Formats: sequence, structure tokens, C-alpha cells
Amino acid sequence: MSAVLQNLVNQPYKHGFVTDIESDVAPRGLSEETILMISAKKQEPEWLLDFRLKAYRQWLTMVEPAWPNVKYPPIDFQEISYYAAPKPKKKLSSMDEVDPELLRTFEKLGVPMHERAALAGVAVDVIFDSVSVTTTYKHKLAEVGIIFGSISEAVHEHPELVKKYLGSVVPVGDNFYAALNSAVFTDGSFCFIPKGVKCPMDLSTYFRINTEGSGQFERTLIIAEEGASVSYLEGCTAPRFDTNQLHAAVVELIALDNADIKYSTVQNWYAGDESGVGGIYNFVTKRGLCRGVNSRISWTQVETGSAITWKYPSCVLLGDNSVGEFYSVAVTNHHQQADTGTKMIHIGRNTRSTIVSKGISAGLSNNSYRGLVKVAPSAEGARNYSQCDSMLIGDRCSANTFPYIQVRNNRAKVEHEASTSKIGEDQLFLFAQRGIGAEEAVSMIINGFCKDVFQQLPMEFAVEATKLLGFKLEGSVG
Amino acid sequence: MIYQDSRTLLEVRGLRATVSGIEILKGLDFTVNSGEVHAIMGPNGSGKSTFAKVLAGHPAYTVTGGTVSFMGRNLFDLAPEERARAGVFLAFQYPIEIPGVANSQFLRLAYNTLQAQRGKDELDPLEFDDFVREKMKLLEMNPDFLDRSVNEGFSGGEKKRNEILQMAILEPRLAILDETDSGLDIDALRIVSQGVNQLANPESATVLVTHYQRLLNYIVPDFVHVMEAGRIIKTGGKELALELETRGYDWVGAEHLEQEAAGRVAA
Repeated sequence: MSAVLQNLVNQPYKHGFVTDIESDVAPRGLSEETILMISAKKQEPEWLLDFRLKAYRQWLTMVEPAWPNVKYPPIDFQEISYYAAPKPKKKLSSMDEVDPELLRTFEKLGVPMHERAALAGVAVDVIFDSVSVTTTYKHKLAEVGIIFGSISEAVHEHPELVKKYLGSVVPVGDNFYAALNSAVFTDGSFCFIPKGVKCPMDLSTYFRINTEGSGQFERTLIIAEEGASVSYLEGCTAPRFDTNQLHAAVVELIALDNADIKYSTVQNWYAGDESGVGGIYNFVTKRGLCRGVNSRISWTQVETGSAITWKYPSCVLLGDNSVGEFYSVAVTNHHQQADTGTKMIHIGRNTRSTIVSKGISAGLSNNSYRGLVKVAPSAEGARNYSQCDSMLIGDRCSANTFPYIQVRNNRAKVEHEASTSKIGEDQLFLFAQRGIGAEEAVSMIINGFCKDVFQQLPMEFAVEATKLLGFKLEGSVG
Repeated sequence: MIYQDSRTLLEVRGLRATVSGIEILKGLDFTVNSGEVHAIMGPNGSGKSTFAKVLAGHPAYTVTGGTVSFMGRNLFDLAPEERARAGVFLAFQYPIEIPGVANSQFLRLAYNTLQAQRGKDELDPLEFDDFVREKMKLLEMNPDFLDRSVNEGFSGGEKKRNEILQMAILEPRLAILDETDSGLDIDALRIVSQGVNQLANPESATVLVTHYQRLLNYIVPDFVHVMEAGRIIKTGGKELALELETRGYDWVGAEHLEQEAAGRVAA
């Protein structure tokens, strides 16, 4: 690998700063008391406490999954603090009362907390460590019946909705990390689009982990009723610490008849340093249920951060003619490890799914695609198309593809394509010979490689993702 | 064409270069003045392509001796992209594919990078489209080329035309065409040659690296050089190419050995 490429990939992480703010941090460790404490702090109803305790008791009987193609030392779950919140000076009634230190933090991260400063009318829910700090455009959305805000608020204001849908797509005992999340989740976004409403603006949540030694366990729940549609964006960053931090989120999406949910993520958690010290363990369960006929759920993710990523945004295609999509770009550099992909479960008739996965590995990183396409006997006329491409930068990284295909209906159509390529010296030399430097060349090659996925992102996000990738891989080619 | 008031573009003295530790260029001398067309011929393995790549700055080759000045500057002080921006152009023998990158996007970036370097205005996609279509007519290229990925799925002839299109867009001072004629049928050869001839001007020069005399029927060189074992051992006019075509290369080598021996005796 040439020096030029090396320099290109090895750019520093921009979001690694820590906000100095007084926080309410729970002592480290996990027990039923911890859960009682979280539930009490949030003044939760009995049913939610029961939900948590049920999850916790299941979690105690479970073991961490060993099948992902990633390696890390055992996690001591008693060494993590399960609650951290910036101390509010008093009860907030408007943005002007938000701690200026917090405002500055998000300004630095480019997250608009002021509605007047917001980009092209995107409503944002901002989550700092364990709690939601603010939600913009809340009132405007309420006028058309959309509920958007933190899940903690929703628990109090719309308990019937939360109770009905929470855990309906990802049950408490679904997997080790989902069970842990169900026991200790502290906040997250809640979004409800009522029947027939097309959400007039993109909704977005920005997650920030600030406190060292704390985990982030957020819970997101999005419901689109009959004929409703919404586009939802998620962004994440964290400061640079030498210790690993755990992020175990659960996201549940529910689409009823003719509803449409588009969920886009740009994940840029701190990835650890060049020698693999520190970084976020991103162990996330995301699943959408196409419950109604003709419903559609589309996941788009750009995964660039985290020391370890373990994440499979999935679709359960229950309603007849429902559609599931997964578009993913996963970039790993240095010592990062990613095991990511999707599951498409076809149950309803004429259900269709598309998987487009682009993995880019540089440095000493390890990038795996893992996907399941499952067609039940009932899924008459089901179709799936999968495309998994890997790109290698340098000769010390690796790319793997683990596609699982289980078809139990003999009229289903399932296609899988895969390719592996490498950014080589000769490609870069061609660019150089035409006057184009290595950075621009790599950015152009990578963007060309990821084009099919970036096209799925909302405009501002696509621009952001393009920049992020260029930045991420600067110095890696050579 | 040889001009009275031409100036020296490229001056190579005693150039030595290795690849993977093996010496390929062994003391090469070569001079190009503006307006001239040079042909470098020679048997396989004589170092012709290596010479072309060394001039362009391919990272796999290491220069171990000698000097190269280009328009008065030390060429080796410049990174490969700086050489390109200074006006050194290499048409590749085997143009590489770049999947996912549209040809139009690639050409425009190359063009605008150069415009910026020259302190001129960059073209937006629409302006560039007009500009590039005009150039494509010269090479009888189908506009579909613009939307396809760089060289991906191109036939051999299409790839070579695409190289000459890049040359037409970038208007280099020194164009080095590395076996541009290989893999071309007669029609493509005529079109590519016409393109090269039309782009020729008194300010710039062309170096053709080729095996065959065939190309030189279309692009008439002012000088023909014979390369062997990493050096230029004979230089002549265009008639030398015809002689090589009928007699092969062996006699040039033998003649060179005799001359060297005579030189040593005289010394």
C-alpha cells in the first residue's frame, strides 16, 4: 500500500470531543435495583417496569452470541453505567432554556436544535447519553396528528400506543442484546403517523454518547398507520475514549396497510484509534414489520464508525404484496470489525425484497456481510434480489460474505449476486496521469461503488455520507 | 513536423530505471522538441513501455540514474498528477476499468482539475457535455460512451479511442502513446490516427511507442528510434521504420555492437 493511500485513510475522527457538563450518572453495575432506579427516575408506569424486569430475567438466562465474525474481549456488564443524563437546571419550556453547553455541542456536530436554523425543515429529536434533550417542530407535526418526540414522553402521554407496539416486533427475549436493551433502555424516539397522513418533513434523531463508561441503550418505535408514510433519519457520534463503550439499541418499525417507512442511518460512532484502542461496540437490533397489505419498509444505512458493528436491519413481510428493502454501505478501517447485513422474512403472498450491500475494507479491518432470505411456504410468488459487493483497499484487510437462503415455496424467485474488487495502484495511476490526486480518485471510486446505496438517501444525508466516506478513507489507499 | 523556432520540451540523459529490482532502462538518451513526432520502436522487452511509464511516474518503477527535464523543469521533482497537469500525457497500452465511475464524470474532473491549474474557468456538467460531444465527433464516438463506466465493458478499440478522447480534452504538451495501435482494426486505426494528427500543433509533441510500421503510415514521424536492452541504439527518419519492417531488428543490434567495438578501438 502506497504512502498516499495510507495517508488518505488515516484521518482523525472529528467528533471526538467531550462536553463538560454536569451529569447525573448512575453507579456502575446491573441488577434489579438498577432497573427499579431507572424506572423510578423516569416515573414509569407499572406495566413498563414489568416489561423491563421480564426482559432482565430472560437476559440472565441468555448468553452472548458467538456466531458473528468479530473478536473482542468479554464485556463486563457490571462495569457499565446504565444511566447518564445531563442535569437540567430547571424544567425546560423552550429551546432558549437548554444548557448553552449542550447547544454548543450540537452546533459543533452540525445538528440544528433551533427550528429557525433547521435544515430544509427536518424535525430533530436530540438524544444526549440516556435522555432526549429536545425535539424540534413538535407542535407543527402535532397539527397533522403526528406524534414525534422522546419515547419517555410517549410513555406518559400516549401509553396505549407504546404499550400496544413496544416489543411487538422485537420481543424482549429476541436476542441477548435486545433483552438487555429491553431491561435498561433509557430513551429514544417515538414516532406515530396516523392513518392517511404523509409526514410533511423528514424526521430525524441524533444520538450522542458523552459520558465515559456509560452505555447507550436507546429504543426507537415508529408506527405508520394505514396509508401513512414517513422518512426517518438517524445520526450518531461519540467522543474519543480509550475504553470501549457499549451501544445496544433496539429499533422497531410497524407498517400497516399501504404504509411506507423509510429509515436511513449514518452511523459514525467513535471507531477507536489506529491501533484499535477504544471505540464503540455497536450491537443493535433493528427490525421492521410490514404488517399490512402493500406496505413497504426500506432501510438504508451508511456504517462508518464503531470499533465493532453487529447489526442486521430486517423486514418481516407479513402483509400480502409488502416490500422490504435494505441498502447498505459499511466501511471499516484500521482495526474495525463489522458483521452486518439483513434478514428478509417472506410470509405474505407476492412479497418482494431487495438487498444491496456494499462493504469497503481498509487497513487491518474485517468486514462481513451476513444476510438471511427466508421464504415461508405461505409466501406464494415471493421474490428477492440480493447484491453483495466488497471492495478492498490495501492487502491487509478482509471481506467476507455469508448469505443464507432458505426457500420453502418452490415458486419463489431468489437471486444473489456478489463481487469483490480492489482499489489498485493502476487505477490510481490512471487518475494521477489525468491530473487527479489520490484523495479525489479514491473518493470518486468509492462513490461510484456506493452509488446504488447513496441514491436511496435523502439529499442532505447523501451529501453528508459522501463527505464522510471521503474523510474516512483519506490516506488509506496505496 | 520540424519547426525552425521550436524549443526543447523533453530532454532525457542517461536514464536508468528498475522494476522489482531488475534494471530495465540502462542509460537512455532522448530529446523531443515542440512540433515533432517521434516513434520509438524495438523488440518485445526492450523497455519501450517502461520508458513511457517512467516518464509518467508510475509508482512501480524506480529511477536509479540519469536526468529528465521537461520544459526546463526536473521531471522527477513532480508527482505523477503534477506531471500530468504540467502537460505530460500517457495514452495507456491497457486502459484500466473503473467500475461505477461514469466516463463523463471522470473526464470532467480531469478537465476541471487542469483548468483550475491553468487559472481558467471550470465547466459545469452542461457546458462540459457540449464541449466533450464536440471532441467526440473527431473520434467518431457514440455519445453513449459518456454514461458508461470508465472503460468498463469497452472493446479494445473503444478503450483506445477513449484514451485519445482524453488527450483531445486535456491538450497535453507531450503526448506519449503506448502501443495505441495494438488491438485496433483498420477503421479504428484510421480514426485514432486522424484524431492524433488533428490534435498536433507547433507547441506540443507526440511520442509513439509501437511495434509496427503500420501506424506510421497514418501518423508520419519526424524521427524513428530503435530501442534495445534499455537504450536507444539507432535514430533515423521515417524511412528507418520501413527498413525495420522488411529487415527486422537484429541487424540494428549487430550494427550497434560493431560501432561500439569500433568506438572502443578508436578510443
